[in-house]
Amino acid sequence: MGGQLFVFYVFAALTVGSAALVVTRRNPVHSALCLIVAFLGVAGIYVVLEAEFIAAAQVLVYAGGIMVLFLFVIMLVDLEERGRLGVSRRRIRSKAVAVSLALTGCLVALLAVSFLSAGYPASAAGEDPDTLHMAGGNLSAVAMALFDHYVLPFELASLLLLVAMIGAVVLAKSKI
Amino acid sequence: MITMTHCLALSLTLFGIGVVGVLTRRNAIIVLMGIELMLNAANINFVAFSKFLPQPGLTGQIFTVLVIATAAGEVAIGLAILIALYRNRDTINVDEYTALKG
Repeated sequence: MGGQLFVFYVFAALTVGSAALVVTRRNPVHSALCLIVAFLGVAGIYVVLEAEFIAAAQVLVYAGGIMVLFLFVIMLVDLEERGRLGVSRRRIRSKAVAVSLALTGCLVALLAVSFLSAGYPASAAGEDPDTLHMAGGNLSAVAMALFDHYVLPFELASLLLLVAMIGAVVLAKSKI
Repeated sequence: MITMTHCLALSLTLFGIGVVGVLTRRNAIIVLMGIELMLNAANINFVAFSKFLPQPGLTGQIFTVLVIATAAGEVAIGLAILIALYRNRDTINVDEYTALKG
């Protein structure tokens, strides 16, 4: 089994597992947190499929914007289930500190490894920028296609987003 | 080596989970999350097709960008409708929205 396929299976298992948790958890906050993991897993799948720009857009739009929206609405709306996260702040404090320290340790280790290793992996793997460009996975190739051949759908999408924004503001206003 | 079959199988599974979420849950927020899962499954298909079809190109990735933009708009509108519904009916249980005799 190739390394690429192994990574694909890891991200696929992550995505499917957390997606299954999304639809089975009782607490909507837990569902939302699992949905973030599922979106990140899909972003990993995109990276494996050499669609790096799509992966970045997935992380920014889905895991960033859409999930913040979901969590805001859950906190606003879900009165009967609010506070069902079920733990007092005092009880989880030691765990919170431990998780923060572990995360900081991981980041420090990552930084140390990247300082100690020479050069970037991409250049070492013999992928010069031209082949990446021809392969079409990277940002500039997508940008050329998007602003050359597909410029009309792109502008229509921006119009759609404007309409959605105005519509959301109007709908969610307390007095119409 | 990853083949198109792998991607389609993953996409099928994800879409099925999304359908289960939409059909079985009564919390409207979870229903919207199921819709998001289904849109992601479709996006995986688009990216897989753009990579594995006999003539690989970027068209699938462009479609994915447009689907992501549309999904963002859809979530914003859907959640705004949800807030308006909650304000009027005081519930987000989709079984209790029976004004249209559904």
